[in-house]
Amino acid sequence: MMQVARKGPWAALSDLFWRRPGVLLIVLLGPPLIWLVVIYIGSLVALLVQSFFSIDEFSGLITHEFTLKTYGELLRPSNFDIILRTTLMAASVTIASAFIAFPIAYYAARYATGRMKAFFYLGVMLPLWSSYLVKVYAWKLILAKEGILNWAIDGIGASAVLNGLLALPVIGGNSLSVSYVGTFLVFLYVWLPYMILPLQAALERVPRNLLEASDDLGAQSRQTLRYVILPLALPGLIAGSIFTFSLTLGDYIIPQIVGSSRLFIGQAVYAHQGTAGNIPLAAAFAVVPIVIMGLYLWAAKRKGAFDAL
Amino acid sequence: MTGRFLTTTAVCAVLAVQPALADMLTELGAGEGQVDIVAWPGYIERGETDAAFDWVTSFEQATGCMVNVKTANTSDEMVALMNEGGFDLVTASGDASLRLIAGGRVQPINIDLIPSWATVDDRLKGAPWHTVDGVHYGTPYQWGPNVLMYNTQAFGDTPPESWNVVFEEMTLPDGASNMGRVQAYDGAIHVADAANYLMYHNPDLGITSPYELNEAQYAAALDLLRVQRTLVNRYWHDAFIQMDDFKNEGVVASGSWPFQVNILQSEGQPIASVIPVEGATGWADTTMMHVNAAHPNCSYLWMEHSLASNLQSDLSVWFGSNPSVPAACTDGRGMQTAEGCTLNGLDDFDRIKFWTTPVSACESQGECVPYYRWVSDYIGVIGGR
Repeated sequence: MMQVARKGPWAALSDLFWRRPGVLLIVLLGPPLIWLVVIYIGSLVALLVQSFFSIDEFSGLITHEFTLKTYGELLRPSNFDIILRTTLMAASVTIASAFIAFPIAYYAARYATGRMKAFFYLGVMLPLWSSYLVKVYAWKLILAKEGILNWAIDGIGASAVLNGLLALPVIGGNSLSVSYVGTFLVFLYVWLPYMILPLQAALERVPRNLLEASDDLGAQSRQTLRYVILPLALPGLIAGSIFTFSLTLGDYIIPQIVGSSRLFIGQAVYAHQGTAGNIPLAAAFAVVPIVIMGLYLWAAKRKGAFDAL
Repeated sequence: MTGRFLTTTAVCAVLAVQPALADMLTELGAGEGQVDIVAWPGYIERGETDAAFDWVTSFEQATGCMVNVKTANTSDEMVALMNEGGFDLVTASGDASLRLIAGGRVQPINIDLIPSWATVDDRLKGAPWHTVDGVHYGTPYQWGPNVLMYNTQAFGDTPPESWNVVFEEMTLPDGASNMGRVQAYDGAIHVADAANYLMYHNPDLGITSPYELNEAQYAAALDLLRVQRTLVNRYWHDAFIQMDDFKNEGVVASGSWPFQVNILQSEGQPIASVIPVEGATGWADTTMMHVNAAHPNCSYLWMEHSLASNLQSDLSVWFGSNPSVPAACTDGRGMQTAEGCTLNGLDDFDRIKFWTTPVSACESQGECVPYYRWVSDYIGVIGGR
């Protein structure tokens, strides 16, 4: 029997897709896959490849031969300091934001209703709507030696406490704005919403009846928190910590504006590319956060953080 | 990968010989109706920021070449934009200009087509940052020193005479130590300022140019910078942050640009500047023309305009820089005056070591520490190593 062919190219196309579903799949998946592989993975691979080259000590030209020398340079004290400094900062920012975010997220998820809830959402989101740079510059002014925070602390007679804090070795400095404490505060402020939001979502999903069951079985509220709420909220906590940790790890603007000028990883990458032309070292530095985040995710998975997903 | 690499190499090779193939313009034709310029922010003003500062409108009216400006914030950005192409001119600083010439991105200039070339400061006509083997690759635009900015309340009647206020611990005239009250530039090129200081105070090291240092000279400069680290709370990077630090952080002395000094003074702050006995480092910018410039006639007309019009004079007022045409200070073509030029450091030309990129093959002693090491070591110094 002769097949009656329908007319028009669109109809033919439709027939083709019906007869060969594989073609449809390729057409639909192809563009995003190409995007993912070429643009996304491709640039990462290019980066990775660069980091295995090295710079010639004498001419300053890049030697396009495989070597681990550039990675060896990361272990030099001045470079290793940068990695350690950035990681410690990211860890302390993450821990502090978890402690601050938990009560806020808990209240917003469990107690706030109606207008109050909207207010909480708005309060957390609002800082995200304004320019990042404006916020950081504003913090520079707030933390300055002759800034409003110093003025207020002086006003309540607590300047001895602040001076004591600033007199501490390493984290201290001449004023908040040129010390690690200042950098830490700004990081904490800027990334806090990224901790609150996933945590709040996770806490909202904790079933109320489990808390009631815990109560019925005679658990104190501290035990309920420890053995019921925290484990169930852990995926949110981990998600939030991935945000705060990786964002702090990669940021290069805050430590440039607030702090003691000691470099963080992002700044080191910025300094080594460009006029310096040391692309291999810049690439090797850029690989460091990837490795640290990989280790972090692996550890989190081992701890069962993703089991509840 | 190999194929791509070969193609890239081939393209590079073609680009490298291109300047030799491309003949210089020998005769000006009619303007093409537009000219595209890569410039530092504030360098090309058409009266939109401040109506009094306009050196574009008159050019457009006279030549019919509409000026399009793309601002770039760093020399690296400028080089990247020129590599990309699509522009006619760039106002390149000493660190970018030689890279552009070496990379074959800019073309030689026929100075016979620029009638005002003769008015250019003789000391700039053959400057090594735009003249290679006797061939000119651009017209000098503006230059300026990196001055020592200080707070007049802290220093009273005795302005600092030496850069030692930012390099060594001392008691300032107001009775307090300079510890924590001075700043330094947050870029590896600051190593040159330390070398410049040593060149004056430690002649035994035999430094002849702060941009050409052998291992021993370089190590001495780094040692000096390590002392400086103990005095500096925060290195400056952004001109506006530095101004804020002078106002709100109690900073009283730092290497700086006349730009910051002028703005702080206009705000009534107790600020002044000086070029100390050791001399200073400085920058000098050049208008260079892209090797494939689409609008060569307008480009030449602009280069002529940049030297002949009110541009040199008014820009030096606007930016706190110095004209590359000395007559612009005095002949009333713009707002600049002889006093203004003196204030911006015109008379100190010979005491300024102009910015060039340190390379390993250097003129004075054969083998020098290249710039990429300046970068990694300066990072170490700032990090306390």
